[in-house]
Amino acid sequence: MAGAAAPFALFAAAQAAPAWPVKTVAARAAEALPDHPWTAVLYMALAFAGLGALVAVLGMGLIYLERKIAARFQCRLGPMRVGPHGIFQTVADTFKLLFKEDIVPARADKTLHLLAPFLALSSTALMLGVIPYSPILQISDVNIGVLYIAAVSGLGVMGILLGGWSSYNKWSLIGAMRGAAQIISYEVSATLALLVVVMFAGTLSLSGIVASQAEGWWIWRAPVVGGIAFLIYLTASTAEINRTPFDIPEGESELTAGFHTEYSGLRFAFFFLAEFINMFVAAALTATLFLGGWMPFHIGGANAFNAVMDLVPPGVWFLGKTAFVVFVIMWFRWTFPRLRVDQLMRLEWKLLLPIGFANLALGALAVLYDLYFFPGA
Amino acid sequence: MGIAPGIERHAKVNRPAVRVPAERLLQVAARLRDDPAFAFDLLLDHAAVDRHAENRFELFYHLFSTAHGHALTLTALVPRDAPVAPTVSCIWPAARWHEREAYDLMGILYDEHPDLRRLFLEDDWQGFPLRKDYRDPDMLELPGRP
Amino acid sequence: MTVTVKTLNDIIAPPGAAASALATEEYFINMGPQHPIAHGSLRLVVRLDGETVREVIPVPGYVHRGLEKMAEHLSWRQIIHLTDRMDYLSALMNNWAVARTIEQAAGLATNPRIETIRTLMAELQRLQSHVLWWGVLGMDLGAFTPFLYGFREREVIGEIFEETIGARLTMNYIQPGGLMDDIHPDFVRKTKQVLAYLKPKIDEYDTLLSGNVILQERLRNIGVLPAARAIALGCTGPVLRASGVPYDLRKCEPYGVYAQADFDVPVGAKGDCWDRYCVRIEEMRQSIRIVEQLIDGIPDGPHATVKFGARIKVPEGIHYGQIETARGILGVTIAADGKSDAPYRLRLRSPNFSNLWAVTELARGWRIADIIAIQSTLDLVVPDIDR
Repeated sequence: MAGAAAPFALFAAAQAAPAWPVKTVAARAAEALPDHPWTAVLYMALAFAGLGALVAVLGMGLIYLERKIAARFQCRLGPMRVGPHGIFQTVADTFKLLFKEDIVPARADKTLHLLAPFLALSSTALMLGVIPYSPILQISDVNIGVLYIAAVSGLGVMGILLGGWSSYNKWSLIGAMRGAAQIISYEVSATLALLVVVMFAGTLSLSGIVASQAEGWWIWRAPVVGGIAFLIYLTASTAEINRTPFDIPEGESELTAGFHTEYSGLRFAFFFLAEFINMFVAAALTATLFLGGWMPFHIGGANAFNAVMDLVPPGVWFLGKTAFVVFVIMWFRWTFPRLRVDQLMRLEWKLLLPIGFANLALGALAVLYDLYFFPGA
Repeated sequence: MGIAPGIERHAKVNRPAVRVPAERLLQVAARLRDDPAFAFDLLLDHAAVDRHAENRFELFYHLFSTAHGHALTLTALVPRDAPVAPTVSCIWPAARWHEREAYDLMGILYDEHPDLRRLFLEDDWQGFPLRKDYRDPDMLELPGRP
Repeated sequence: MTVTVKTLNDIIAPPGAAASALATEEYFINMGPQHPIAHGSLRLVVRLDGETVREVIPVPGYVHRGLEKMAEHLSWRQIIHLTDRMDYLSALMNNWAVARTIEQAAGLATNPRIETIRTLMAELQRLQSHVLWWGVLGMDLGAFTPFLYGFREREVIGEIFEETIGARLTMNYIQPGGLMDDIHPDFVRKTKQVLAYLKPKIDEYDTLLSGNVILQERLRNIGVLPAARAIALGCTGPVLRASGVPYDLRKCEPYGVYAQADFDVPVGAKGDCWDRYCVRIEEMRQSIRIVEQLIDGIPDGPHATVKFGARIKVPEGIHYGQIETARGILGVTIAADGKSDAPYRLRLRSPNFSNLWAVTELARGWRIADIIAIQSTLDLVVPDIDR
């Protein structure tokens, strides 16, 4: 518990009088620890239970949303039978997956085969813990949040790699290898885009980055540079979560189902869930870094306008922005064909990476010479 | 019209047709493709008919020339007990698979074929189903037919 | 003279041990018969080096039903329905090919009404087939939405067929010496309605898929089939035309009432996947044009010139007839003995059979994903390969 408190202390020192007082669950627990240890334990238990519930609710909600949005794109209705407008369809599907026979190929590596889906899901869940949902709702505010995100999101590739490797299936293996190559490659661009924001915000802490956008979101406050970084990050994170047009690790028309070909029942559900939570995390991070997270739409100095914007609670701002990015990612999926594996690599190494580097250099200059909106704030 | 000796017109085909001795098939086919006056570059179809009563197979090749727009049917007879014919897949690559099909279903053996294998049926299938005397344990006899 | 016959196992013998620990090893993988790209049940045995395709060995036969053998035991009229089950997306054109060959062989005359209706139906079906092809191509390349768009339009045309024919897939409509039944009284009105609906849809296809940079990246310069090679491999239909050979039976040897219609035969420039894509998209527009020109001038007359009970006598000999289906030339060879009521031997030269083998040459050296693009632009219907 004391370890969790330390980062908050650092952050609190850096921000002498924060306009938006941030209070994370970890901080509350740390506060309560000296006097009421059990309250601290309860806080942390609440946080874990909250995370679990979030994973389940998000998973079901996003799957339902995806199906409905896909249906809209495709001039059909989508699920309509289970409950009004089919809202219980995902619940029914979850039960179906729970009761399905769990088939493990005879020559599979049983331990790794079992472990892979959990790895995939846990790396995702770990990221949910540091996202600032609103000033009062964040589980832990790590002072190196951005670094933590970059590290943990790379862990997800282990699940894919192990799943493909342990299945004893050539399609799975090809899918896993593609996945590993793709995720590691796009990690580079995503991190370069992250660094731009880190430079402007001057902090690695996620809530610090949100707080730094009180005068305006980085996507426009850092002229051009912010926009380019946003596009690179959106592209790279779409690739990292294996969604169309970058869904080559599981491209169903090529590799049947890629790395999860040999998964069924609950284990398949875990992979499936991980994919959707990943999408949420990617969207939430994009929103946090470039669209201000829970920060309302502010224009530095326009106090009257900002006050009106503040009427909408920060949690709603966060949800709205995340939902928008989620929608964009779904929009990609239902309109774009899939790239080929070498085209994917070409896009990363020959296009995104050079642009990312140039952007980073430009960003550095902009920070150095205060060439962005409201630098004094 | 001078038709080379051994090659005769085939009157019972509803398009221009000639009958060629099987052993000269390759030579004729090469000429038909390479001679600019013929220029039959497209082999539309090749298959065999089981002339059971005459104890031989009739092979036919439907040719077309994309340059001239004319068509020709080439036929050849091979004996039933030694159904060997030269492959024309070196002249028309399309023949490669038509010949595999003819082997698979009719049992025609193509000499020098680069890849003579069963096409549709399993590699260990017994017999050639399109032959008139083919019998399968699962076949039902139609009443009143031989 | 001995001829050796090989088996599949001889060809895919396991490779020897790797020369060194760093050497890569080629491996075989089965694409199909149970695979999303199998489009039915086509099996491709692919020799791969990593992601690179070294060799493609098609292994057809999983839908082989022996139609040619079956036909030897069925009467002239009964063999029509077998052809529905070959290329089920061109069922009417298959019907027509066999019926036309029988008519030519037996000397049966038809009338302008029959021929006009046949032409209209064939063009509607070509349109329907291409619409579905477009949707499936989208799905094969990872865009699922076009698939449902394609099916939406396919249904609309299917309804026209259903009204007149009563079937949506296996038509069995075009008979030797006529049609199974006359067209529905609503046929003309409904067809015009559908055409008006479809025309903007084809433009919508362009905005949704054709203009997409990813799609063009996936198709341009992939699987180039030069004209000479296309002819040598026996490719026909849009595949051959995309390679720049304007060989379309509707223009070259007009049958039906195609001679009365004014339409263009689209050809490609170099024969890559993109050309095959564009040729089919353009063929949809041309089919609409043909139907538009003919729909108002259906002549009067009976829908059959031969009574359905009447015995058809086909003289002895080999009779060949051919028709341009949505995928290429369907050639029908009938060997008749002049005595029996059934063909002595029926040979069906299906367009997909010849088009399939192009994949062995086109995919070599490309990636796994390009097999998908190539196969999808060849537009294979597997039951037509296997018969």
